[in-house]
Amino acid sequence: MKFIKDIFEKTHPLVQKGAKYHWLHSVHDGFFTLFFVQKNTSKSGTHIHDYIDLKRTMGMVVLALVPAILFGMYNTGFQHFKAIGELASTGFFEIFLFGLIKVVPVIVVSYVVGLGIEFVFAQIRGHEIQEGFLVSGMLIPLVMPIETPLWMIALATAFAVIIGKEVFGGTGMNIWNPALVARAFLFFAYPAQMSGNSVWVPLNETDKVIDGYSGATPMAEAAAGNINFSVSDAFFGFIPGSIGETSTLAILLGAVILIITGIGSWKIMVSTVAGGAVMGIILNIFAGDNVYMSLPFWQHLIIGGFAFGAVFMATDPVSGTQTEKGKWIYGFLIGLLAILIRVVNPAYPEGMMLAILLMNTFAPLIDHYVVAAHINRRLKRAKISAN
Amino acid sequence: MSETIKLRKGLNIKLKGSAKPELEPIAVPGTIALKPTDFPGLTPKLKVKADTLVKAGDALFYDKYHPEILFTAPIGGKVVSVNRGERRKILEVVIETDSKAGSVEFAKADPASLSGEAIRQELLKSGLWPFIKRRPYGIIASPADKPISIYISTFDTSPLAPDYSFVLKGRMDTFQTGVNALAKLTTGKVYLGVNNESPFSAIKNVVVNQFDGPHPAGNVGIQIHNTNPINKGDVVWTVNVQDVLIIGRLFETGKVDFTKIIALTGSEVENPKYYKTILGVPVSVFIDGKLKNSPYKQRIISGNVLTGAKIKTQGYIGFYDQQVSVIPEGDEYEFMGWADPGINKFTASKAFISKLFPKKEYELNANLHGGERAFVLSGQYEKLVPMDILPVHLIKAILVNDIDKMEQLGIYEVIEEDFALCEYACTSKVKVQEILRNGINTMIKELG
Repeated sequence: MKFIKDIFEKTHPLVQKGAKYHWLHSVHDGFFTLFFVQKNTSKSGTHIHDYIDLKRTMGMVVLALVPAILFGMYNTGFQHFKAIGELASTGFFEIFLFGLIKVVPVIVVSYVVGLGIEFVFAQIRGHEIQEGFLVSGMLIPLVMPIETPLWMIALATAFAVIIGKEVFGGTGMNIWNPALVARAFLFFAYPAQMSGNSVWVPLNETDKVIDGYSGATPMAEAAAGNINFSVSDAFFGFIPGSIGETSTLAILLGAVILIITGIGSWKIMVSTVAGGAVMGIILNIFAGDNVYMSLPFWQHLIIGGFAFGAVFMATDPVSGTQTEKGKWIYGFLIGLLAILIRVVNPAYPEGMMLAILLMNTFAPLIDHYVVAAHINRRLKRAKISAN
Repeated sequence: MSETIKLRKGLNIKLKGSAKPELEPIAVPGTIALKPTDFPGLTPKLKVKADTLVKAGDALFYDKYHPEILFTAPIGGKVVSVNRGERRKILEVVIETDSKAGSVEFAKADPASLSGEAIRQELLKSGLWPFIKRRPYGIIASPADKPISIYISTFDTSPLAPDYSFVLKGRMDTFQTGVNALAKLTTGKVYLGVNNESPFSAIKNVVVNQFDGPHPAGNVGIQIHNTNPINKGDVVWTVNVQDVLIIGRLFETGKVDFTKIIALTGSEVENPKYYKTILGVPVSVFIDGKLKNSPYKQRIISGNVLTGAKIKTQGYIGFYDQQVSVIPEGDEYEFMGWADPGINKFTASKAFISKLFPKKEYELNANLHGGERAFVLSGQYEKLVPMDILPVHLIKAILVNDIDKMEQLGIYEVIEEDFALCEYACTSKVKVQEILRNGINTMIKELG
């Protein structure tokens, strides 16, 4: 360890202002602080500080994403071999390896492009590398269909980091969740390549698909009028979908980690699920002979990106509401809108992404009214005591 | 006895090195000092210069804007130096003590027989007035204030805090005298905040409120908020327990007696306990031969680890401080510290394993444990402030200098100590106390 520290300490003067390698300062600083918590001590204010910092917090979120990542890899292989009818004859590790080889490049592209841009911005602005992208860089691959071309991932990541975050001032300042900005960018910029049934299942040109296999997500099927997915498949995640979103179970494991460590807001998770369930029930009541509307409300919660969005996207503390009461309202509206958009929007059978982006936009407004109510209550108190 | 007010929000930080209930007297030190910097917002004007001989109770300096507020010598002797800092700001007025110097005689009387005005004059002349602080703002009370009440907290919940029922053992009568004097200064009542089974519950001429809860339940600001919250235009006075005692002694003896009991605490202290000494004592009397022989740097704090001031080994204890805390400086790199499971890492969050051992005591150092960032997480501060106040929004209102919002969000009700836990727990390492004091200074400047 001392060896690594010595390298960083020796190279430290070389990247200072005016030195030869100053353009590498943010990179040096980024890696130094990654490997070593710095020796800075309190100069004013409290003398002791909590051990938690943004690296720890973001690290915890990435840890919570691990079950979804691993399952996403397995499911990628699973869908492939299922499509070509070789599932029974393929071993577990072969399936996983296939997915691993497919998924890792997506993750690598996301991190390299995103962190590259972050380093450049940190250098230009002269501040430390901020950790927000550690999570965004993992979320971006997980919300993409596996067959998204890598150049599109790169483009979407660049768009998300620059337009979604850095123009607002970097981590902590953005108004939308960067990963969803990336997803929305692709959805609107390349609709032809990002929809249809072929993007969800990785197939080579030589692969022969078995008869009757469509590769459509359960939501697309339901929107088309066929509900034929199995509930257990949807819960465990053996369905087509974006890389990380299919397994409700893996996402629940992540949710447990986020709630136990207190890093994700359980209020938002609970209220989002409640909002989704309420809208599902409303739709059930008015379903008539519309198949998608009559999908049992609780099944909405285990298909598509609902669970993933509720646990990992809606809980983003920066783009969500900041007040505790606001969190209940914010989550509930996300759930409500997600299912409404999902079922009613004819163009695209998923609504989580748009619902969260929409509520990100309105989060400051919700907070504004919560704070206004708080101020009113305080003013009333003043009047009562004056009487 | 009123019913107990239960406070749920907050956090007790369990540190190693709390003071054992043992009291050791310290001989009168060679020098003592009064530091104008202990009083936020004060512009001091000197009354003495080097080589002036003073008795205990003679004025050393006064407040430029309230010349009647005097700051007097805690002990007799010779003024040896006036130490100044940048722009000739007065930092310390140092007195070489002389046991034969004697002290100024003030009126000796039972406060019950005195008028409020007489008590006010006695406190101003004797230099005991600065012990009275006012809310809003946490600054020295103005003699022209008409306080609606006076609050005294008889317990301290901050880390390693001294136990006042030990400190005041056997001196409750004098405390009562002090309370009686204060009671004459308000049209309202004196409120005493006590914790469970407190000997202070027996004090008369007061309203006793019992509190139960983690830090900051012992902060007087929290106690005011949860009983009679301050509204715009209200002024409430607050006094520390030991300072009430000093006031009581003035009326009992007619002399100023700044004797104070100070707790020496912290994980770097060999034998943490209480010392009987005097206000303005040099810190050297606490640290010479009393600290552990550690291979790393130590940080000496006048006050507690949340709100105290870092002082040099040749420095002096602050005017309002009741304890000295010594902790490791922690100016060392830690390899992959953020990824450590954290069995020895006390945390207000739940992101370290230490959370599973709630009874353990920890040795915490002064390292920041991370870089400063913009606000990212939400909901952290709210858990630590047992008040109907939105701390993050108040802090943000101060950062954008929005005076209306600061007022609406409750800046009159809080001072640094009430938000200190937020600064401790902040993931983004935001300097909450500094920001809050800036906001308070803005309010004083704009609204007076």
